[in-house]
Amino acid sequence: MSVAMLRLAAGYNRGPVRVKKPSVGALLLGLIPFVAMCLSVSLWDRIQPMIFGLPFNLFWLIAWIVLSSLCMWAAYRVEIARDRKDSGVQ
Amino acid sequence: MSPSAVSLATIFVIVAMGVAIGFLAGVHQKMDLEQWTVGGRGFGAVLMFLLMAGEVYTTFAFLGASGWAYSRGGPTLYIMAYLTLAYVVSFFILPQIWEVGRKYGMQTQSDFFTMRYGNKYLAGFVCVVGIASFIPYLQLQITGVGIIVSIASFDGIGRTPAMAISIVLLVAFVFASGVRAVAWVSVLKDVLMVLAAVSIGIGIPYIHFGGIGPMFAALAHSRPAHLTMPGATANLGHTWYISTVLLTSLGFYMWPHAFGAAFTAKSGDTLRRNAVVMPLYTITLAFIFFVGFTAVLVVPGLPNGDVSLLTIVRKSFPPWFLGVIGGAGALTAMVPASIFILTAATLFAKNLYRPILAPAMTDDQVAKLARVMVVVLGLISLVLAIYKSATLVGLLLTGYAGVTQFFPGVVLGLYWRRVTMRGVFTGMIAGVATVTLLMLSHRDPLFGWSAGFLALCLNFLITALVSWLTPAIVVPE
Repeated sequence: MSVAMLRLAAGYNRGPVRVKKPSVGALLLGLIPFVAMCLSVSLWDRIQPMIFGLPFNLFWLIAWIVLSSLCMWAAYRVEIARDRKDSGVQ
Repeated sequence: MSPSAVSLATIFVIVAMGVAIGFLAGVHQKMDLEQWTVGGRGFGAVLMFLLMAGEVYTTFAFLGASGWAYSRGGPTLYIMAYLTLAYVVSFFILPQIWEVGRKYGMQTQSDFFTMRYGNKYLAGFVCVVGIASFIPYLQLQITGVGIIVSIASFDGIGRTPAMAISIVLLVAFVFASGVRAVAWVSVLKDVLMVLAAVSIGIGIPYIHFGGIGPMFAALAHSRPAHLTMPGATANLGHTWYISTVLLTSLGFYMWPHAFGAAFTAKSGDTLRRNAVVMPLYTITLAFIFFVGFTAVLVVPGLPNGDVSLLTIVRKSFPPWFLGVIGGAGALTAMVPASIFILTAATLFAKNLYRPILAPAMTDDQVAKLARVMVVVLGLISLVLAIYKSATLVGLLLTGYAGVTQFFPGVVLGLYWRRVTMRGVFTGMIAGVATVTLLMLSHRDPLFGWSAGFLALCLNFLITALVSWLTPAIVVPE
C-alpha cells in the first residue's frame, strides 16, 4: 500500500488537485456538437424535407453524430499538439 | 416443437453461452478486492472499448428507445443526442479523473470525493445517492428481461417468474466472475446486438412497407405529429428536450460504474480517443428507432410501448429469430445489470458501511459484505419491478436526476481550486432534495423543464455561492 493510498484510506484531506485543463480551442470544438444537437432543436425539429427517406430531425441527428466525432477528432489533435509543445518547452 | 419452445430454447442457448464465457474468464485468477472491482487497472484499448460499449447498449436502448419511439414519438430522439454529447463531455473530464485516480489509487467515485473534499459524510452521501439511483436502473434491466421472456414464450410464462429467474442468474454470474468477465461477455453481446439491430431495423420496415423511406412517408402522412416533438405527449417539447439532453449528457459519466470504469483505462489518452470514436456507435440506435416507428402503424394500440419491438419482431419473423433477438436482449440486460449491482454493492460495503459505521473492518469482511449486498440489492429491484411499473425510459431518467447532482462536485473539484466541501455538500443536498420533492409530487417536467435539470442549476448556484462564503482549503505542498 502506497502512502497515497493510506492517506486516502484515512480520509486524509488532500484538497485541490492539479490537473491539466483542457485548452480553449478544444472546448470551443466541443461546444459545436452541443449547439448543433441540443440548443438549436427548434430550428431542425421538423419532418420536411425528408432526406434519404428519413424525417429531417432524425437525419440531422445522424449527420451530427458523424460530425461530432470529427469535431472531437479535431479537439484531440489540438490537445496532442499542445501536449507536444509543453513537453518541448520543459 | 412449438414456436414458444423454439424461441425460448434459442434464448437459453445464447444466455448460457454468455454465462459460460463469464465463468471461464473468472476462473483463472484469484480475486482480491481491487481485482474484483477494477480488473487490475490494465485494460487495453480494445477491451476498454468493449467494456464501455457494453455499458451503453442496455435494455434501455433496445426496448426502451423503441418503446418511446412507439408510445411518445419525437421526444425519443433525445436519446441519440444525449449519448453523443455524453462522449463530448467525457473528453474534457475523464482523462483528468483517470490522472488523479492513478495518483491516489482510487477505485470508486466516492474515493474521489473523499480525496478532494476530505469529508466522510459527503462521500457517504454520494454513495447513498448513487445506490438509490442504481435501483431504478437495475429495475429497468429486470423489467426488460421479464418482457423478453414473456413475449418469447408467446405469453406462456408470466413476467414475474421470468424476472425472478433473471435475478438468480445475475447474482450467480456476479459471484463467479467480476468485471473482467463482464468485458468478455460484452464481446458476445455487442456482436449480437449490432447484428440484431441492423437486421430488424432494415428488415421490419422492408417487410411491412417495402423500405425505411416508404415507412416514414406513410407515418408522416397518417400521423405527422408523431415524428416531431412533443409527439404523442403534452409536455415533452423543445424546452424539455434541451433540459433533458443537458441533464443526461452531463450525468452520463456521473454514474458510479461509468466513473469507476475510467479508472480501469490504460491511459488518459485511451479515454480521449474513446471520446472521439464512441459517438459513432450511437448510430445503431437509428435502427432501433425504425422498428419503434414501424410498430406505430403495424401493431397499434399496445398498452405498453416497451413491448412494441418484440411484438413486431414476433409478428414479422420465425420463432428462432425472435429467440436470437430475445437472447441478445437478455444478455444486453445482464451485462450492465451485473456491473450496476457490483458497483452498488461495493459502494455500500467499502465506501459507506466501513468508513462510517465500522472502521475496523478488514478487506475480507468488506468483500463478504459486498457479496451479501449483491443479493439484497437484487431482491429490492425485483420487488420494485414486480410492484411498481414505469416505462423503461422513465426509470432511467429518474436515476439520471439523482446522479447528475454529482456533476458540480466533480467538475468544480477538478478545475476550480476555490470550491469548498461545504459548498459542494450544501449544493448537492439542495439538488437531491429538489429533485426528490418534484418527482414524488409528480412535477416532472415542471413548466416544460426537466426536474433534474432545474435541480442541477440550483445545485451549481448554491455550490458556487457557499464556496465563496466559506474559507478555502489551504494545501501545504
